[in-house]
Amino acid sequence: MQIPAPFDYERASSVNDALELLARHGPESRVVAGGHSLLPMMKLRLARPEWLIDINDLFELDFILLEGDHLRVGALTRHTALLESAEVARLFPIISDAEAVIADPVVRNRGTIGGSLCQADPAEDLSTVCDVLRAVAVVRGPGGERLVDMKDFHRGPYETAVAPDELLCEVRFAVRPNSGSAYEKVERRVGDWAVAAAGAAISLADDGSVDAAAIGLTALGLDGTVAEAEGVLLGQQPREELFVEAGRVAASACDPIADQRGGIDYKRHLADELTRRVLRLACARAAGTQEG
Amino acid sequence: MTVIHDRPGNPAAGDADRPIGYGRIQRKEDPRFVRGQGHYIDDMVLPGMLHGAILRAPVAHARLVSIDTTNALAHPKVLAVITGKDLLALKLAWAPTLSADVQAVLVTDKVRFQGQEVAFVVAEDRYAARDALELIDVEYDLLPPVIDARKALDPDAPLIRDDLEGRTDNRIFDWEIGDEAETEAIFAAADVVVAQEVVYPRVHPAPMETCGAVADFDAVSGKLTLYETTQAPHAHRTLFAIVAGIPEHKIRIVSPDIGGGFGNKVGIYPGYILAVVGSIVTGKPVKWVEDRSENLMSTSFARDYIMQGEIAATKDGKILALRTSVLADHGAFNATAQPTKNPAGFFSIFTGSYDLKAAFCKVRGVYTNKAPGGVAYACSFRVTEAVYLVERMVDILARKLDMDPAELRLKNFIKPEQFPYANKTGWVYDSGSYEEAMRLSMKMAGYEELRREQAEKRERGELMGIGVAFFTEVVGAGPRKHFDIVGLGMADGAELRVHPTGKAVVRLSVQSQGQGHETTFAQIVAEELGIPPENIDVVHGDTDQTPFGLGTYGSRSTPVSGGAVALVARKVREKAKLIAAAMLETRPEDLEWEKGRWFVKGDPGAGKTIEEIAMAAHGTMTLPEGIDGNLDAEVTYDPPNLTFPFGAYICVVDIDPGTGHVKVRRFIAVDDCGTRINPMIIEGQVHGGLTDGVGMALMEIIEFDEAGNCLGGSFMDYLIPTAMEVPDWETGFTVTPSPHHPIGAKGIGESATVGSPPAIVNAIVDALAPYGVVHMDMPCTPARVWEAMQGRPRPPI
Amino acid sequence: MQISMTVNGSEVVSDIEPRVLLVHYIREVLGLTGTHWGCDTTNCGTCVVLMDGQPVKSCTVLAAMAAGHDIRTVEGLATAGTLDPVQQGFMEEHGLQCGFCTPGMMLTARALLDKNPHPDDIEIRKAISGQICRCTGYATIVRSVQWAAAHPAGAVADVAATDEVLEGTDTVIPDVADAEVKA
Repeated sequence: MQIPAPFDYERASSVNDALELLARHGPESRVVAGGHSLLPMMKLRLARPEWLIDINDLFELDFILLEGDHLRVGALTRHTALLESAEVARLFPIISDAEAVIADPVVRNRGTIGGSLCQADPAEDLSTVCDVLRAVAVVRGPGGERLVDMKDFHRGPYETAVAPDELLCEVRFAVRPNSGSAYEKVERRVGDWAVAAAGAAISLADDGSVDAAAIGLTALGLDGTVAEAEGVLLGQQPREELFVEAGRVAASACDPIADQRGGIDYKRHLADELTRRVLRLACARAAGTQEG
Repeated sequence: MTVIHDRPGNPAAGDADRPIGYGRIQRKEDPRFVRGQGHYIDDMVLPGMLHGAILRAPVAHARLVSIDTTNALAHPKVLAVITGKDLLALKLAWAPTLSADVQAVLVTDKVRFQGQEVAFVVAEDRYAARDALELIDVEYDLLPPVIDARKALDPDAPLIRDDLEGRTDNRIFDWEIGDEAETEAIFAAADVVVAQEVVYPRVHPAPMETCGAVADFDAVSGKLTLYETTQAPHAHRTLFAIVAGIPEHKIRIVSPDIGGGFGNKVGIYPGYILAVVGSIVTGKPVKWVEDRSENLMSTSFARDYIMQGEIAATKDGKILALRTSVLADHGAFNATAQPTKNPAGFFSIFTGSYDLKAAFCKVRGVYTNKAPGGVAYACSFRVTEAVYLVERMVDILARKLDMDPAELRLKNFIKPEQFPYANKTGWVYDSGSYEEAMRLSMKMAGYEELRREQAEKRERGELMGIGVAFFTEVVGAGPRKHFDIVGLGMADGAELRVHPTGKAVVRLSVQSQGQGHETTFAQIVAEELGIPPENIDVVHGDTDQTPFGLGTYGSRSTPVSGGAVALVARKVREKAKLIAAAMLETRPEDLEWEKGRWFVKGDPGAGKTIEEIAMAAHGTMTLPEGIDGNLDAEVTYDPPNLTFPFGAYICVVDIDPGTGHVKVRRFIAVDDCGTRINPMIIEGQVHGGLTDGVGMALMEIIEFDEAGNCLGGSFMDYLIPTAMEVPDWETGFTVTPSPHHPIGAKGIGESATVGSPPAIVNAIVDALAPYGVVHMDMPCTPARVWEAMQGRPRPPI
Repeated sequence: MQISMTVNGSEVVSDIEPRVLLVHYIREVLGLTGTHWGCDTTNCGTCVVLMDGQPVKSCTVLAAMAAGHDIRTVEGLATAGTLDPVQQGFMEEHGLQCGFCTPGMMLTARALLDKNPHPDDIEIRKAISGQICRCTGYATIVRSVQWAAAHPAGAVADVAATDEVLEGTDTVIPDVADAEVKA
């Protein structure tokens, strides 16, 4: 059985304690929460931190709170908690859609939203979801707290704006009226990483036209959302031809690579197909014609 | 769901519901498993035990320049680092394979596949052993690899096996059977001929427990005790005697509880041999257990057949002949586990379940820079490939003739009265009632209704497919004169002892990997002697405790060892008859048997139970002349023929036209394995095999890139179905006993793995008919299905 | 480093390397070999144990991370010598063959039933979808969990009423009604 290389371990008792430990042990230290991305990498000895800082005791980071027009989710919130939250499903069905297809139920018991975002795997579902919901990351470091827009959070595959001496503490989602969102993923088998996936969030104006739109693609070689496709919908009454056009635009905007999960043309096709599907569902949800 | 149960009552035992013998009873092995008290290889801890780990080659083809073990040896917890050079000195660097080839135990000259064994570290604990692997420096000189089997015999192909004297190319064998000229004549004159390349890609059995061993060599007595994950402990003992030069009576192989085999645990892997060497070198027990990547990348794969199929028929759908030419990729060493005279296993059963005028097949085996193997994966010696080919070809013919695929099969089946049926490639099918099974499956499926539903859905642009497959298996090898593994005839022994109080112990050569031998074989003895199964202990998996036999693979346990057990019980019964006659002071011919006792004909009150007879056999009474003072017997059963289980499978799939995602909605399986011993266990065997079929049809594949890197080296990439990909199985059965078998049983272990892949692929191709798809190769992943829909299906290799 | 945790109701204290995986700690330090392992990549679920009542893959949890928590393994499923209904269900409905994935499957089933005493078949399939069984094809596992759901107090009473227990073993010969698989 594969076994990690030796390391030292400390368990943080608070966010401040975690930040102190990170400062003390320097860049060769890594934060571990669920550990379901990091530990397999360590077993393969592709990751070899000298120190592991365990933040699982930081209950202050394990919360789902609706405050005013924001939903605040602590970084240590487990996937299972997000999936099972009725509040989340009501406000942001895209999160429930995505959580239902992230890894498997046992992994979801350990994995956290913060871990997923910081791992920043290009095929990671919650990154797309947070992009689409225009979420804001709350990051704390020696210099205090700073807010990072999701578009600035991801710096490419496996890289984020969180510095080695910082900790992602929270993710904030703005609640918008008359909104709907949806996520759909194609996978070779339940629990597999995405062949491709798409997410969309739509807000409607009082006259039913699209007030705000966000479209994101997973595992398709794009950072951030697909502005060109979003532009197709803005100010328009949602309708099938627009979804088709947005799908076409998303397909030409994406930049997938061929791998065992599929070729470039197939993945481009999925960008089109899935964009149409999530737009249909998100718009229906926004219009209140489709249950979250 | 529909499940049809048979639970023959047992009035003779005084209880119509309680089977003493055949019927549904719970498994005797389950109480320990549900408590977590199974005892698997990695649970084994011996005093002073050390741990081994294998350094593996990161490249597919390279000359070994140097190995520096200095730093690894300096690790405080490392006791030994063994390299190919050390093994050369011990004459253990090369070991014979199961197919008369040799395989490197550790690389001495060059690396021939990625993941090949390069060095072996023995350390105080498994963590230290792993750490020390990183301290070994190896220098390689890269060579171009042969990855595509189609190019293995190109004039400029690199020679892989330069270790074999006189070898000039990568050819292993050319083998053919059938009448080529007669087949050609029929093809030339036929109304309709269709041809198709059908690829069965490389897959892996991947049992949940990986392979492993604990070797314990006693330098004083010279005795080697080897605990290992083996499906064939006796065959391994003989092979270890040959490989290691240890006298065979000084070798004891123990196969503990095994966490699934599926063919993966038939072969002898370098790791087992290295554990033995490690124990000899250090004087302590050495454990080696592979990790999952080692399992997927270096131990036996299955399949890897590129098949050119052709089928000839009349225009009204009478199938006349089949022909195929196969390119078989055997990897870097020919370690395929097949009987000696059958380099392509039992592939020549590719004539299927149909009454043909002619058939011809040829198979060419080649070396490539990939892991060696070619074991079952629950396919009884290449029958899976054969059935997949013929059942795809029949479906392609049905499309060409615009006939319903079930109708076409019904029209061409071998009829019950034609059995025993000699096919055109040398097999004599024992018994069959194919139409009965086919019609039952169609009834269970509601076949006509499904076709109507499909027609309606097609109108709406929905993709629904109905796949039909019918298979004839060939299992239960021997006879020993025809079938051997490295010279060991495929017959099985059995020993039965009935203790004085009437409790029994039966000893078997075969070893369970989850099939429930402790229950099934107790039930066979129970059926023959009337001793309740809970009073019969089944001993297996220890060569010092059990008679010789060839092991559990190719669905041979029930057909071969089951026959042996029935016969040994009958031998005891006949002995009991003589003793009972003496006890009752009557002649043996005046006695009649009912389950559990002999009684005087016409006087049922005058009789002796098996318990009473057992006590008398061990007691003080004067026994009849020639009868020993016990109630024991032993036999070796050499089957007169193989057995031929069969089945009719129907699969219903729905395909998302936008993504190519396939959902297996329903699966109906009607199996005929002859006499049924424990219906619950049979159903379980079928369910497991059907799931294998879903895996192979939809997701399982071991792929390589052009450099020879294995792309299926972990469970992140080698996908196995979960509970979400499989439907609630619908099983049924017919019973056509084998006429030549002592109890009429045919074996069931691999039927479903053989029969299900073509049913699923036929359903997928059927669903894609509106797109003009005639064939697509496995695995039918969403991307590959979509490509087929675009009119460009591609082979997976 | 020194760690302590509760395993099957008992407090254990050990001195270990920080990198020791929970599965190795349970198997090799505590000697509880009922927890198995099957991959290295958190895909197969063979190593599932309950941590504070929730199924987790113990090959991807450090023993150090489990310190202070409550761990339950297959050895802790039976209480006071009486099998958990899930264990009985797996025997009744042939929910196991080789037995290797079985401890993890049973623990997940126990956690599911604690949360949802009457799951439907799809809920059961979803709950075990992170765990691979190579033998059973899952249908009998689903039936086993349903059996346990239908017999929450275990089968002691039920067995006495309708089934016959084989002398000297746990082997139960179900009555005819029990043996028929639900339509």
